Amino acid sequence: MLESIPMSALYGGILIGISASILLLFNGRIAGISGILYRLIFNPFDSSERNWRLAFLIGLMIGGYLLLPIDFELREGYSKILLALSGLAVGIGTRVGNGCTSGHGVCGIGLLASRSIVATIVFMLSGIITVTILSAYTGLGG
Amino acid sequence: MQRLITALIAGIIFGAGLVLSEMVNPEKVQGFLNIFGSWDPSLILVMGGAVVVTLISSRFILRRTAPVFADSFKLPISTIIDRRLILGAVLFGLGWGLSGYCPGPGLVNALINPNEAMVFIPALLIGAWIGKGVSA
Repeated sequence: MLESIPMSALYGGILIGISASILLLFNGRIAGISGILYRLIFNPFDSSERNWRLAFLIGLMIGGYLLLPIDFELREGYSKILLALSGLAVGIGTRVGNGCTSGHGVCGIGLLASRSIVATIVFMLSGIITVTILSAYTGLGG
Repeated sequence: MQRLITALIAGIIFGAGLVLSEMVNPEKVQGFLNIFGSWDPSLILVMGGAVVVTLISSRFILRRTAPVFADSFKLPISTIIDRRLILGAVLFGLGWGLSGYCPGPGLVNALINPNEAMVFIPALLIGAWIGKGVSA
């Protein structure tokens, strides 16, 4: 069991935690990606906050693509309808619930925020139920 | 300028973490959520590793009166667990499971797998725009 779990998952998680710590220590801001993205897009004239948000998201994409090799097979032929419904639900849900995996799951739990602990438990359960139903109908993931 | 550089560095490290941990692989994420199927538990270590770091670092960082390059800490102050929070989390989990993407990996996939990101990211922003008007 243990040898089937790659340590890279742990190292990746630690990097994410370090990133959130840097943003909090130096800039005093929460590394919640949905909040950073939506505020950048929907409040583009907030000039005191706009530029660091843009810098963070550019860094995210550079660090996530240019610096490390992608060594998994890209998914092909996945339902565009599911992708669109997924995007809509993630967008509405993270806006209404004020956070995603990073804001609630990593930063909020790190701050022991009760809202984030509850949100993380709920979105995990919801994700598990969704994939369970999806795999029953589509055979996804066996 | 200092704040831009620290934000850029934090973003790069975050993105590297998403790739190293394979959070950017939506099939891996769906495998992690598929606990009644062929479960892939490895992503526990991603959130676990990240949370251990933030749990420890936050304690020390928030002893400071202010961040290094900004006037004050800007933290969410609400402690209310209401229907909005729960409804939002349910919808987010639903969307996360349907594709395997949450916002960060979805953005990174604009470069890795643009065929999927060109559907997911616009839908994400439309959803966020709709979500602004949702009252629960």
